[in-house]
Amino acid sequence: MEILVCIKRVPDTSENEIIVNRNGTNIELEDLVYSVNEWDNYAVEEAIQIRDRVGGSVTVVTVGDEEAEEVVRREMAMGADKGILLSDEVFNGSDGKGVAGIIKAEVEKGKYDLILTGALADDGAGQVGGMLAAMLDWPYASLVICLEEIDDKKIKIGREIEGGNLEMLEINLPCVLSIQTGINEPRYVGIRGIRKTASVEIPVHGAEELGLSSESVGESGSNLKRLDYFVPDPGEGAEILEGSADEIVEKLVELLKVRGGIK
Amino acid sequence: MVRQVFAYIVHKEGAADDTALEMVAAAKRIDPDASITAIVFGTGDDLNAACNEIVSSYQEVWKIDNEALSCPDAEATRTLLVRILPGKAIVIIPHDTFGMDLAPGLSIKLDAAYLPDAVDIEGVDENRLKAVRQEYSGQISTHVVCDISGGAVITARPGSFKAEETKGTGGQIVDKTAEALKGEFPETGRRFIEVVEAEVGDVDITRSDILVSVGRGIEDEDNMEIVHDLARAMGGDVACSRPVVDAKWLEKSRQVGTSGKTVKPKVYMALGISGSFQHQGGIKGAPFMIAINKNPNAPIFQAADVGVVADILDFVPELTDKINGSR
Ligand SMILES: Cc1cc2nc3c(=O)[nH]c(=O)nc-3n(C[C@H](O)[C@H](O)[C@H](O)COP(=O)(O)OP(=O)(O)OC[C@H]3O[C@@H](n4cnc5c(N)ncnc54)[C@H](O)[C@@H]3O)c2cc1C
Repeated sequence: MEILVCIKRVPDTSENEIIVNRNGTNIELEDLVYSVNEWDNYAVEEAIQIRDRVGGSVTVVTVGDEEAEEVVRREMAMGADKGILLSDEVFNGSDGKGVAGIIKAEVEKGKYDLILTGALADDGAGQVGGMLAAMLDWPYASLVICLEEIDDKKIKIGREIEGGNLEMLEINLPCVLSIQTGINEPRYVGIRGIRKTASVEIPVHGAEELGLSSESVGESGSNLKRLDYFVPDPGEGAEILEGSADEIVEKLVELLKVRGGIK
Repeated sequence: MVRQVFAYIVHKEGAADDTALEMVAAAKRIDPDASITAIVFGTGDDLNAACNEIVSSYQEVWKIDNEALSCPDAEATRTLLVRILPGKAIVIIPHDTFGMDLAPGLSIKLDAAYLPDAVDIEGVDENRLKAVRQEYSGQISTHVVCDISGGAVITARPGSFKAEETKGTGGQIVDKTAEALKGEFPETGRRFIEVVEAEVGDVDITRSDILVSVGRGIEDEDNMEIVHDLARAMGGDVACSRPVVDAKWLEKSRQVGTSGKTVKPKVYMALGISGSFQHQGGIKGAPFMIAINKNPNAPIFQAADVGVVADILDFVPELTDKINGSR
């Protein structure tokens, strides 16, 4: 099975507190630690496991600037066979549809049986997979939490729906799936593994190679634009307990007793 | 000209979902004078019951009745919607697991803008729709503008738009089945097999009065012991957010949230949980909520009654000792 996995380099929210910059035009970028989007790690792991069962290859692709190359290398260190970086100045400011269109152009240069994306990334939109599928006229399923090969024409999948229930489906290949966390246990990649992929050549494709006009991508091709970044007024919010650790613990135990939090 | 807005209605076993009226509220945020049409897919008595339940809140209710729609099928639904919607339509869909399956592709097929997971809508100026979204699991909000001149597909976060009393709008039910089906049900590359219910675990957290809920902030499986110790001291049960289940540190049946359990305890203690809407979506009944988090800006502090800014690895053992010592 020829599998393409779409990945994204994002600020690592477990390593940084994300704050808004001084004039609200962006998040504070200084000292940000980046990593691969959490969901994408599960997608790459799933692709590697499928390849190891049925053969074929795994290609990871990302749309981003040259720094995005590091996440391509990281996922190759996990076990992906190839990496592709889709990068061009005119891609800056693309919305979900723009990004899906860029990936579609790359998909049409290859021959894939299965495309995986993460179910969600840092912007919380969860849109690229579904848009890509619609552009390609391939079937789509989101929030996939289990997957089983049937034959070379179709696979069996489970979508995780409300309450953790599973919607079991059969879906024809080629198709696009968005992968939910928990589908597998992504393997650990050490520094050494990443170093091994440091010298691998990663092809970079821009608008021209992909046959994309600059109007269809970037700001100009985008229907959705951010005006500003802000932190909403906390409103009521929690009463934050202050004082020394001892005092806080004491206050909290009193509150718990009053509220029935200690049986 | 009266602006027309379409709302996708989620229903189950003959009852409309809470979002059915929230979509009215969201549509009115686009334009208070909008004419709002509900679109309801399904079959038989269940479909009719759902249509009747909401008809007084909408100007018009379009129903599409087919046996194959008795189980959810986002792929077929998308094709049917494209057949019945007018050009440049504005469609609002709840941002739930079905909406996430349906909406992105629908925006492409309609050649319309896509505004995902809106938490607020501030109105339209010319063709610019202004809305609020969240990024980084709710840590940061953004104002966005969406160009709706070619139509728009909008998903609205469940619970974000307050359903108002809208009875008396005086709607009518219009059967759109023939127009949608054009004689045949659409072929798709996807076949529904069954819904498998989530497994039941050793402890039923939906019945617990006291929940000590732990998130990714616990950092390591070895640290889980301090959470169990605290729960024991308080006489409560241990629950968790999704990453703890993903890491296999607790069973799925302990997960609180939209894709886990809906709990209604008297006291909810959130340890190292950021407070994503998917997590909070599983907490009902307004419990007394205590959040302990080392990030003072964590969204969970907006939902909690009492907060402590601290490292749970230090704070939780101290709290446990104090409770055990104060008996
Ligand atoms: C369709 C869908 C369904 C989902 N369903 C659910 C669901 O049912 N339930 C659910 O929980 N999630 C669900 N999620 C995932 C959700 O989006 C979040 O990713 C998840 O809730 C985050 O869990 P968390 O708060 O534990 O982790 P994080 O968001 O990573 O937060 C960890 C928090 O711990 C704090 N912290 C770190 N270290 C410490 C320390 N030493 N001491 C104190 N604080 C510390 C950090 O400041 C941070 O606030 C779903 C997602 C999708 C897309």
